[in-house]
Amino acid sequence: MQVNDTQFKPLIVAFCCNWCSYAGADLAGTNRLNYPADVKIIRVPCSCRVNPMFILRAFQRGADGVILCGCHPGDCHYTSGNYFTRRRMTLLFSMLDFMGIEKERTRVEWVSAAEGAKFAKTMNEFVEAVTKLGENKRLEDLRCKK
Amino acid sequence: MDKREEVLLISGVDVLKCMRCGKCSATCPSYDEMEYHPHQFVYMVETGNIEPLLSSESLYKCLSCFACVERCPRGVEPAKVVEAVRLSAIRQKGANHLKAENVPELIDDDTPQQLLMSAFRKYSK
Amino acid sequence: MHRIGVFVCHCGTNIAATVDVKAVAEEMGRQPNVVFAADYPYMCSEAGQNLVQDTIREQRLTGVVVCSCSPRMHEATFRKAAAKAGLNPYMVEIANIREQCSWIHKDKVSGTEKAMILARAAVAKVQLNAPLTPGTSPVTKRALVIGGGIAGIQTALDIADAGFDVDIVEKQPTIGGKMTQIDKTFPTLDCASCILTPKMVDCAQNEKIHIYAFSEVESVSGFVGNFSVKIRKKARFVDASKCTGCGECVEKCPMKKVPNEFNMGLDNRKAIYIPFAQAVPKVATIDPNYCLMLKNGKCGMCSKVCGANAIDYKQQDEIIEEKYGAIVAATGYNPINIDKFDEFAYHQSPDVITSLELERLMNAAGPSNGTLVRPSYLNKQDDHNAHPKKIVFVQCVGSRSTCSEKGAKEYCSKICCMYTAKHAMLIRDKYPDTEVYVFYIDVRTPGKLFDEFYRRAVEQYGVHYIKGMVGKVAPKADGTLDVQASDLISNEQLHINADLVVLATSIEPDKTARSLATMLTASMDTNDFFTEAHPKLRPVESPTAGVFLSGVCQGPKDIPETVTQAGAAAAKVIGLLAKDKLVGNPCIAHSDELMCNGCSSCEKVCPYGAISYEDKEFRQPDRTVAIRRVASVNPAVCQGCGACTVACPSGAMDLYGFSNNQIMAEVDAICR
Repeated sequence: MQVNDTQFKPLIVAFCCNWCSYAGADLAGTNRLNYPADVKIIRVPCSCRVNPMFILRAFQRGADGVILCGCHPGDCHYTSGNYFTRRRMTLLFSMLDFMGIEKERTRVEWVSAAEGAKFAKTMNEFVEAVTKLGENKRLEDLRCKK
Repeated sequence: MDKREEVLLISGVDVLKCMRCGKCSATCPSYDEMEYHPHQFVYMVETGNIEPLLSSESLYKCLSCFACVERCPRGVEPAKVVEAVRLSAIRQKGANHLKAENVPELIDDDTPQQLLMSAFRKYSK
Repeated sequence: MHRIGVFVCHCGTNIAATVDVKAVAEEMGRQPNVVFAADYPYMCSEAGQNLVQDTIREQRLTGVVVCSCSPRMHEATFRKAAAKAGLNPYMVEIANIREQCSWIHKDKVSGTEKAMILARAAVAKVQLNAPLTPGTSPVTKRALVIGGGIAGIQTALDIADAGFDVDIVEKQPTIGGKMTQIDKTFPTLDCASCILTPKMVDCAQNEKIHIYAFSEVESVSGFVGNFSVKIRKKARFVDASKCTGCGECVEKCPMKKVPNEFNMGLDNRKAIYIPFAQAVPKVATIDPNYCLMLKNGKCGMCSKVCGANAIDYKQQDEIIEEKYGAIVAATGYNPINIDKFDEFAYHQSPDVITSLELERLMNAAGPSNGTLVRPSYLNKQDDHNAHPKKIVFVQCVGSRSTCSEKGAKEYCSKICCMYTAKHAMLIRDKYPDTEVYVFYIDVRTPGKLFDEFYRRAVEQYGVHYIKGMVGKVAPKADGTLDVQASDLISNEQLHINADLVVLATSIEPDKTARSLATMLTASMDTNDFFTEAHPKLRPVESPTAGVFLSGVCQGPKDIPETVTQAGAAAAKVIGLLAKDKLVGNPCIAHSDELMCNGCSSCEKVCPYGAISYEDKEFRQPDRTVAIRRVASVNPAVCQGCGACTVACPSGAMDLYGFSNNQIMAEVDAICR
């Protein structure tokens, strides 16, 4: 399988809320559920802590996909944080789409602390979708590449 | 399309909302006339046991007064189910419940024209 | 200049099997500002922790990164270790290279690469960490219980038992709530007032408990440990400190035609009244809507007969301000309004009553002195028709129904099955010649001795339980009621000629609960029940710190459950009040006053009401002083979700521990 060396490996940034999704990601690990190493998780207290700026920065720095994971609607540790996330990201993602970052590169997913399998499945699907799209060229800032 | 789906499509009713309280049958004014009662219509449509309903006189005993719709605590609308089964029956070829040749013996001078119109609309294809 | 130490854990082979830990440590050693990097088989072991502590001291580290398992597992361990070595515990960051790396990746090359990136992100973040100290706030050792029903009474008694002061605010003239109106309690059939009134007296006599009866909460400010509450003491027009409760004024009051709410309007009371004989406090109250003196200025009879000189027609509402450490909501319930259920003819016939009205009709202190009579015969109880021969009970009136436009509720009210069985049983016991029918959809009797109770009603007392619903109740010319119903088992439509129809009406949270929830910034569900902090694991706490829930205000409950929850809420309050100060989470929001433009965006998104605004003086470049409105975060209330940091348009709001710069640095480190 020599193609493996040259095969495109996307860079995925995942923001996970501390209470549900980060725990869900831990559970995926505890259950040894595989998903690609391309996913790098950043822990945030709540999905509503994710500033659109962080996502823009990730794309600017060459990320190929960004995924946000939070508690299921109604289950937010902070009661209403994920509702803010849902609204903010709907707006941001449609704007990004307009700017040429395909909708498949961005995603919001609700993963509870018990859904390790869902976390792994979501990541597998997301990485596959982003891999199909190839490298993110639109928003990448070449000055950031050394 | 099977009969159950057809009835559900025509009626637009979600029979799964029924919690089997029987209030529709409790409130029905033509209950004693009917072989199958409103709650049975809902249940039999839910289970797909529609054939007995199609051939039952009960279809034409429902007054469409909508008391059951008004009183149902879950918003199931049993009258619409009865109506849908009735439509399903009269859409079958030759299944007209009211034939033109039978009309003269049913009417007298006091029968309003409108009643005939609506009866035809309701009971024949 | 930072001096960072990186510690890479093998976790036996858990990490080392798929991650080349030595390579990670070496790579981290080459990162800027990293002065020390090492790997160790078990970092969380005592030897591993000693390694961290010794290195902190020897290398004078200013930041520590531990590459190990999830921070949810051992972050606290390493923070403690750092604190022991004299480093601020919040200068420790964990790179999760076990659960989120070694355990999910089989390939050692990509695993090692990912571990390096995660470690690099942690190193980048720790450089921007700030030493944090959790804030503390004092605790006012006094609790407020809002609502003086059995829930509030039990909570107050339990809190007072632990030695804390507690105030009860009750909007009615007396405490006791709905339970005072109930005749007997299921499943043991003991008399409600016999078990309740001693508790009411305990409340009145307990020197730790203060009762604000006929009072309402006006406003709430502050936060956990430090609430400040304004209580409106409504004017009774009677000086409560002088009134002895002798009842002479009630006796002489000429205004007799006031519907008696205690007896559900089945009889009348006077314009000056004491709700019932065992009222606590036993103080008369003048109803200004009916009092002739207050309305027309003519009468004054009560004032003339009062030996204690307690009547004060000029009394005004009084506002009291008090400080509390904890607040318990125990606002209880009411039966729903059944005006729109016209099929039951509730307004057409006096003989169609609700279950709570039946309780009063069967109570020895009720309008008929405990003899069961048809309400239409209340004034002619000797008539041979006065006693009902056939009684129909209708279950689920307004419960389990989606017809919200009629005021119906989608939930099961939980208590109706049991109290209906109780009514049916009591009636059959006292009047064996009475036929009793119960129409039900399902009989729901989970609970200790509950189903046995229901079966006893059927098997021993011969109550007719009929699966089906009542469709229509029609009053007939002879004064009886035609009940048209379905019997689903025998597939029949029944007509029962009843003398009395009893409707088991749904219950709903008290109307005052919503405005109270707004004052407390406590959340509610769509049915206006208070939401608990966690439906399973924190059932008596509201998501708002320092606010607790007791009784039906959280969801339908019977008396035993209410008392259980009241005790649980009290235990939580005691746990809070027992603390001398509250230690907060230091990872909270803070606003940069120089950047804040006072736009209120953050205040609007804060789920805890932690953000307020203050006018502050700022020195301008031209040496003048300007006053600007800036946000300030209350550290005791903020929970650190960070919603405000994103809402802030000027970037003034930031979160300690997860600052904009820190997360940005992580993003940068990952995308490199």
